[in-house]
Amino acid sequence: MQQKRNLSQEYTNRVLLNGTLQTPKWWAPTVAGLGFVVLIGVIIIATMINRGLGLTGLSRPVYWGLFITTFVFWVGISHAGIMISAILRLTQAEWRRPVTRAAELLTVCSLFTALVFPLIHAGRPWRIAYWILPYDISRGIYPNIRSPLIMDPVAISTYLTGSTLFLYIALLPDLGVLRDRTTGWKNAFYTLLALGWKGNPRQWQMQTIGGILLSALMLPIFVSVHSIVSWDFAVASAVEGWHSTIFAPYFVIGAVHSGVSAVVTMMALMRWLWKWDDFIRPEHFDALARLLIVVATGWLACTFLELIFALYGQDAPEIALREMQIFQWPWNLLFIIFMVTGYIIPVPVWCVKKFRNNIAIMFWTSILVNVGMWLERFLIIVPGLARRTPFVFTWEAYRPSPVEWAIMIWSFAWVSLLMLLFSRFFPLVPLFEQKESQVFTDDIQIGRAKVPAIVREVE
Amino acid sequence: MTTDVEKFGTRNWGMIADLDKCTGCQACVLACQAENNIPINTEDRVERARSISWIRVERYWEGDFPDTKARFIPIMCQHCENAPCEPVCPVYASYHNSEGLNVQVYNRCVGTRYCANACPYIVRFFNYWDPVWPESLRNHLNPDVTIRSRGIMEKCSFCIQRINRTSRKAKSEGRELEDGEIQTACSAACGTHGIVFGDLNDPESRVSKLRNHKRAFTLLEQFGTDPNVIYLAKIDPNKKGSEEGHH
Repeated sequence: MQQKRNLSQEYTNRVLLNGTLQTPKWWAPTVAGLGFVVLIGVIIIATMINRGLGLTGLSRPVYWGLFITTFVFWVGISHAGIMISAILRLTQAEWRRPVTRAAELLTVCSLFTALVFPLIHAGRPWRIAYWILPYDISRGIYPNIRSPLIMDPVAISTYLTGSTLFLYIALLPDLGVLRDRTTGWKNAFYTLLALGWKGNPRQWQMQTIGGILLSALMLPIFVSVHSIVSWDFAVASAVEGWHSTIFAPYFVIGAVHSGVSAVVTMMALMRWLWKWDDFIRPEHFDALARLLIVVATGWLACTFLELIFALYGQDAPEIALREMQIFQWPWNLLFIIFMVTGYIIPVPVWCVKKFRNNIAIMFWTSILVNVGMWLERFLIIVPGLARRTPFVFTWEAYRPSPVEWAIMIWSFAWVSLLMLLFSRFFPLVPLFEQKESQVFTDDIQIGRAKVPAIVREVE
Repeated sequence: MTTDVEKFGTRNWGMIADLDKCTGCQACVLACQAENNIPINTEDRVERARSISWIRVERYWEGDFPDTKARFIPIMCQHCENAPCEPVCPVYASYHNSEGLNVQVYNRCVGTRYCANACPYIVRFFNYWDPVWPESLRNHLNPDVTIRSRGIMEKCSFCIQRINRTSRKAKSEGRELEDGEIQTACSAACGTHGIVFGDLNDPESRVSKLRNHKRAFTLLEQFGTDPNVIYLAKIDPNKKGSEEGHH
């Protein structure tokens, strides 16, 4: 149940625009710091493109490593948006309201970052720009649509387009609010973006219908994006540990696990940094944690199913791979950390109501989940390639080079920077959603009884 | 209506490697390295597991101690009919040509390395760096073979430059190709004539006859790749009931 708050519209506007109409003190130094890290990262990426992939720790046969791991990780994080804003919207979960925009923003930023990795990880990125992005009709050869590497950009760019539209449509009413409260170039900027939003009934109707339609249209993408990412691995029938039939649902549910956890991390940060205690409340963390318990347990079941399928086949190389993944140094240490951080610590903690309502505990457990989920991807990708194959005697363990670590750190700084820049110009908590939920929970006095001001039809 | 022969060509190049004749001398490896402009595998490249050798001789042990025997097997691209590397390439850099060859088009390759992950034989190589030769070797490069720049995949081509050259010669002389006229670098270099190259579509060729030999087998059959490289099993004279004696 909603913790009842009576927040006036004036108060809502003032508090939720505190990062947009004024600049918080910590904002500029943080952005400068992140910008510095991003700059270094861009220099390292440029150097790597200039000198070649020899700068990475990749070898033969470990041809894919940290870059692909981080790519899958960011695509996973991006599932936050669609889970929160589309599914919870369609199921009319009231508590989603303050989180929707932040989740959708996280989706857009992480997808944008994820797309960078397959590009820089290719041997000749300039060729990709030259003949995959504009379809190469002049040579009479279309890209090979059987390849998951073609399905990947198609799925991800569809998702990115949908999410961006979704984010924008939900932003329109708030852009109108900002337009009316600014002067000078800012006013011109918001006027342009607000597309003449006046808040009349027809505009509201179209905005609502647009949002619901986009949610419904994006539902298939919710299933397809990470399924396709999983096929990058699942179609390589010769690699033990990759060609599992459980991969598509396993990846999708894992993505929701890491995505929703990332939203929890973000909500805690928003509450602390912008002091939005009245809007992002323990009840929201509580609801997300209960959702996460279900998702995490489903994901754990898929993890075990993957192992059971591997053992059930009684295929010697497959069993040898699992043995290596779970029992051999250094994979065993990673596997233990992955299990402990991905499930064993967070889920029992979330089962306690007191902890679910404690923002600091929720913050740290959600970070743990994403450490575990990153390791999960690493443990799927690298041991499969570093396994002992029958006809090659190079079984080198892969050791990521400093360049790869630096580019991974760059991606985290880059996503944070994008979101902080966004927060300076647009409110991270949707004002209109907040006011709408306030109206829905408002009571009016009729005689002696208090009744809800608006009764919604829920079948 | 076009028949399959018109559509797909009449050739289907294949190779027989007789393990009973392999002494593990690595002459094929050296010949391949020289023929195909493969960069020198310097110590640091080998240490980083980035060496390139289109054909390699793997050593394996057979039998339990003390009756252990060192065995050798040359491994090159198997030119699979049903190649796992082909469907995964986003730009058709890896594709099957009309003569049964699994071809790598260097100009198309963007270096995703997906083909290398898909290959069960691990015979595809990535150029992590630009190839460098010492000054003394610069004039020894084969002018018929492209030098692969950094960032692309490469692998055994069945010496396609030799196939083309010999076919052109036969055509200009107005005659059919003879069986055994085309020699790959490895088959020419093999001291024991253990590697035979030829047309699997020609029922009279040596490869076609050897393909049905009772010692014939292909590598990693469980993947259903249907390779065009066929191995003849090693004969163990000590084993009772072994099919035939020494030649």
